[in-house]
Amino acid sequence: MIIEQTYQVRGGDFAHAGDASSKVKKLLKQLDVDPRKIKSIVIALYEAEVNIVAHAWEGIIRILIDRDHIRMVLEDKGPGIADIEQAMVEGYSTASREVREMGFGAGMGLSNIKRNTDQMEITSRVGEGTVLTMVNYF
Amino acid sequence: MKISTVIELTEATLVCGGDKTELMVERAFSSDLMSDVLTLDTEGLLLITGLANIQTIRTAEMADIHYILFVRNKKVTPEMAELAGENHMVLLATPFSLFKTSGILYKHGLKPVY
Repeated sequence: MIIEQTYQVRGGDFAHAGDASSKVKKLLKQLDVDPRKIKSIVIALYEAEVNIVAHAWEGIIRILIDRDHIRMVLEDKGPGIADIEQAMVEGYSTASREVREMGFGAGMGLSNIKRNTDQMEITSRVGEGTVLTMVNYF
Repeated sequence: MKISTVIELTEATLVCGGDKTELMVERAFSSDLMSDVLTLDTEGLLLITGLANIQTIRTAEMADIHYILFVRNKKVTPEMAELAGENHMVLLATPFSLFKTSGILYKHGLKPVY
């Protein structure tokens, strides 16, 4: 069983931030994945989706669900991350006031993504964008 | 603690989820920081917050939180109520502050997360 899904994400569109994560959550529930696993997956995905809305201009989320795992690839066009190691440090943030007003931007997202995934990889080019790959086993 | 008791103690109004007021919450977490809420790993949680926007509801959806109490009578928009309804949540609104609300519920036995 392999299921592939693609979702578009628009930078700055907070009204719809989380739409993709919500759809993935419903899909995983239908597939009868362990609820605790679903929670970790969608929290990581939601953090990453909010990151695109908060920092990038646009992005695409590709989901691939196989028999025993889910692979989530989030590719955005945006400013990129100059120093990924620094961005991973809890409390470090470059978020705008608007992002903070939505309850985010505390510099906790990337470390929370790491905590909730089995594999996580970030590559980024400044001025071009960022690719985040996350894998969780069921 | 029953949701109906939370309503009574905090003089809250029920915004949506009226069929679930006899359900129980064990613990509560007070925060306006959704990033912090997303790090919790607690079942049967009441979220007490002054942050009322669509991302509050989205955060609760992702974190499997079914009960939210908004303080200082923050307005719940129709979009928020609709999303909460889809996810079978209970939304409450109290005129009390975050501090007063938390204090009253703590005094009456609602447990903290940390």
